[in-house]
Amino acid sequence: MDLSRIRNFSIIAHIDHGKSTLSDRILELTNAVDARDMRSQYLDTMDLERERGITIKAQNVRVDWKGYTLHLIDTPGHVDFGYEVSRSLAACEGVVLVVDAAQGIEAQTLANCYLAMEHDLEIVAALNKIDLPAADPDRYAMEIETVLGIRAEDILRISAKTGEGVDKLLDAICQRIPAPKGDPDAPLQALIFDSQYDQYRGVVSSVRVMNGRLTTGADLLFMQAGTRQEAIEIGVRRPVPTPVPELGPGEVGYLIAGIKEVGHARSGETVTTFVHGATTALHGYRDPKPMVFCGLFPIDGDDFETLRESLEKLRLNDASISYAPESSGALGFGFRCGFLGLLHMEIVKERLEREFNLALIATAPSVEYRVRKTNGEVVFVDNPADLPPTQNIDYIEEPFFRVSIITPKDYTGTLMDLCQTRRGELSKLEYLSPERVELHYQIPLAEVVVDFFDQMKSRTQGYASLDYELSGYQRSQLVRVDLLLNGQPADAFSTIVHRDKAFAYGNRMCEKLKELIPRQMFDVPIQAAIGGKVIARETVKAKRKDVLAKCYGGDITRKRKLLEKQKEGKKRMKSIGRVEVPGDVFISALKLDD
Amino acid sequence: MTGPFGVYIHIPFCRHRCDYCAFATWTDRDHLIDDYLDALRLDIERAALAPVSSVFIGGGTPTRVPADDLAKVLAAVPLSPGAEVTVECNPDDVTTAMMQTYAAAGVNRISLGVQSMVPSVLAALGRTHVPANVERAVAAIREAGIATFNVDIIYGGSGESLDDWQATLQGVLALRPPHVSAYALTIEPGTPLAEDPSRHPDDDDLADKYELADDLLAAAGLANYEVSNWAAPGHECRHNVLYWQQGNYLGFGSAAHSHLDGHRWWNVRTPERYLDAVRAGESTEAAGETLDDETRRLEGLQLALRMSDGVPAEALDADELDGLVVTDGQRVRLTRRGRLLANEVSHRLR
Ligand SMILES: Nc1nc2c(ncn2[C@@H]2O[C@H](COP(=O)(O)OP(=O)(O)O)[C@@H](O)[C@H]2O)c(=O)[nH]1
Ligand SMILES: C[S@@+](CC[C@H](N)C(=O)[O-])C[C@H]1O[C@@H](n2cnc3c(N)ncnc32)[C@H](O)[C@@H]1O
Ligand code: SF4
Ligand SMILES: [Mg+2]
Repeated sequence: MDLSRIRNFSIIAHIDHGKSTLSDRILELTNAVDARDMRSQYLDTMDLERERGITIKAQNVRVDWKGYTLHLIDTPGHVDFGYEVSRSLAACEGVVLVVDAAQGIEAQTLANCYLAMEHDLEIVAALNKIDLPAADPDRYAMEIETVLGIRAEDILRISAKTGEGVDKLLDAICQRIPAPKGDPDAPLQALIFDSQYDQYRGVVSSVRVMNGRLTTGADLLFMQAGTRQEAIEIGVRRPVPTPVPELGPGEVGYLIAGIKEVGHARSGETVTTFVHGATTALHGYRDPKPMVFCGLFPIDGDDFETLRESLEKLRLNDASISYAPESSGALGFGFRCGFLGLLHMEIVKERLEREFNLALIATAPSVEYRVRKTNGEVVFVDNPADLPPTQNIDYIEEPFFRVSIITPKDYTGTLMDLCQTRRGELSKLEYLSPERVELHYQIPLAEVVVDFFDQMKSRTQGYASLDYELSGYQRSQLVRVDLLLNGQPADAFSTIVHRDKAFAYGNRMCEKLKELIPRQMFDVPIQAAIGGKVIARETVKAKRKDVLAKCYGGDITRKRKLLEKQKEGKKRMKSIGRVEVPGDVFISALKLDD
Repeated sequence: MTGPFGVYIHIPFCRHRCDYCAFATWTDRDHLIDDYLDALRLDIERAALAPVSSVFIGGGTPTRVPADDLAKVLAAVPLSPGAEVTVECNPDDVTTAMMQTYAAAGVNRISLGVQSMVPSVLAALGRTHVPANVERAVAAIREAGIATFNVDIIYGGSGESLDDWQATLQGVLALRPPHVSAYALTIEPGTPLAEDPSRHPDDDDLADKYELADDLLAAAGLANYEVSNWAAPGHECRHNVLYWQQGNYLGFGSAAHSHLDGHRWWNVRTPERYLDAVRAGESTEAAGETLDDETRRLEGLQLALRMSDGVPAEALDADELDGLVVTDGQRVRLTRRGRLLANEVSHRLR
């Protein structure tokens, strides 16, 4: 294929600024998808993605435009999935930066844009949603020019909804984004930038060929994994998967090599030929690191094996999940799992329940602490239950985030308040424009993973946006708060919190649990304790009435169904001692407003 | 046909819609009344029933339709000697003439929708009648010589205090009813009440009111024989008991339910569809279910549990239900606390 006619680009944007909708329009305009097959957000295939309206896994597709071959890569927008953005960018020469013309720049606009700059990519900026009455493209074009140094006159104006300006955007992509470079005769170097597990075909990897040719049937070497594989099928997504005999430099497509789990075809992997292969791998290979941990326990103890198998299967498709068996006095056998963030954790729990028909209980999420013991030993603890006895602890360190928040200036006060209560330290306050401020904070990760995002949104009517990255460990005054249900310690629900906040936390948790645990046949005391000393207490009063008053005349069916439904609901409750607790009680407790 | 057999007749018309009510009834279709009653008669005649042991005409509001016409529908049902025949009545509509017409047609039991005797509570429930109408209605029932009657009351209406509820109970007892049904206000999905959580009753308050009702009704000689029903000896509603004992019955009219030997089905919901089906000589059934043996057995236990005779001892582990049930070795019966927590107990039936 003629390299000069290929264009590879990603669409990057803050969440909800219109990436998926723009992808839809591009598919339509280039006749890649029949109008009658078009459903909105075509590339968001997982049910969960459609329901939550967010893109979780990046997708890529080949389309034709005026004699050019374009490879379009849709990227996820939520902070939890930032790593996927970075992998996608490595396969591109340029990006389309989409900015909502009624919102302007937000934190992930910046974060993604900086990433693109780091990768040295050409940026084609477009203000989207110009059809909205509230759109103010002139104002935000100026903002983009000031903040990002992209000339206002170069910024396109489009509506991904109506399709206005999308053809001009495609023209601009062809004109401005450089053609890929590469030597078809050099040894093969192909970059895997995404892998997904397909039940029938095994792992299907998205690849970008840098040099050489990737041919069907070739004997391949996965350089980082050090494994030898056959190129069983090579193809391009248009978006329907279409096999091709080979992919040359600059081309993007998919590779099926008989691999059984995505962990063996990691993003960042370099593929070459086994014989006469390349001697050097492409740039860096980064394992996504779990940041939030929680225990997942089957509500029905008999489901432990099913849970293990389900986690194995899910991991085929999501290498960023980690898990290890765990046992708890209160909850029995389960798994300690690691996630990229709280959203990721919720999504994984939901997928396990839905796709594998499991009922699960999640424990309070935790970050990974670094504990220095009095004997000098250093241990990592991601499960509060594993914290060494107090007398053996010299000090505890916790992970911190470098957080950047962009906000209209009127909300600066309330956001500084929020960061303050979350033990944040202001490192910088910058004016991006007369109306908009960027706040830089150092905040303990533990304080960010718990509903920080939601709090920020609600305090600013959704106008502030957030980006963050890990910045290292710092020493903190931390203690473990334990929970007792009906007088019994519920080990799985212990949490590590800052000493100054332990009382407030204990109180709040008891109050929340009182709301969330349904009334039982007896009084259920809920207590919070530090080192055996009770610091807070609430009681879920025994329930007195649950009977259905009416018999609905001759409609006995309805009555029976109501009882059956109630009984079914009980199956989603975990028995801790004699107390029945809903499976999402801790996720819900953390989500409730302060 | 051996054993008791019942007939239910549904009258889907009301003057106005109470905002807690989810029954299949309409306020804007009075023009259908004549045709509907004709269809009922035709439908019943076609069923060629053997004499039945009980009839219940419910709604909606049966007193919304002319008494003579209702009597003609009833005339289509063959009654066995001593059959119980109940009509659900709105106290506002009840007159001596109406009761005399009913009595002549064989009606021997009236169920009065009183709901409350406290004007502010009645208003909060969206009911129009005044307590004085209730006394007049009861006088009319007695004057017409109708043998027995029931009073329906609801507790848990918004703003109802425990004193209000006591006033309702005492007001009702002053009428010396042989039977009282006291229902906890139930939030039915899709009703205006469901949309307004500020008016939803509190379970503890409902429990207090239930206990008060049980105390006062029992003291007046009315024994609890089902979770929500109290009666003087011999005045239990045989038709309802038939439902609760998984007996056989046929329902006529829109949305009416039927049951024959483990097969349950129900009619189309709107009066129009019912009319059309009867006119076309087609089945009026909307859907149904056939219970497998195990489901039927369990359903039988669930229903029996709610009644004073309870369930066979082997159906429950009484030990783990301390305070909720009592057993004499033969039967396990709910205590008063157990009646309030009957669902919990029900889930443990085996
Ligand atoms: N009015 C208007 N709405 C748009 C436009 N583009 C996207 N949207 C809406 O904005 C929301 C977020 O769009 P989506 O494409 O899912 O954003 P993503 O999160 O960046 O993928 C959806 O409700 C879209 O319908 C546009 O050009 N005009
Ligand atoms: C079939 S209904 C209709 C009777 C009649 N139309 C009336 O309202 O008086 C029979 C009884 O059910 C009770 N009822 C109806 N809806 C109820 C609800 N949402 N909660 C509790 N009881 C209810 C009322 O006491 C009513 O008298
Ligand atoms: S409660 Fe009775 S009167 Fe009120 S709408 Fe329902 S059926 Fe009609
Ligand atoms: Mg999207």
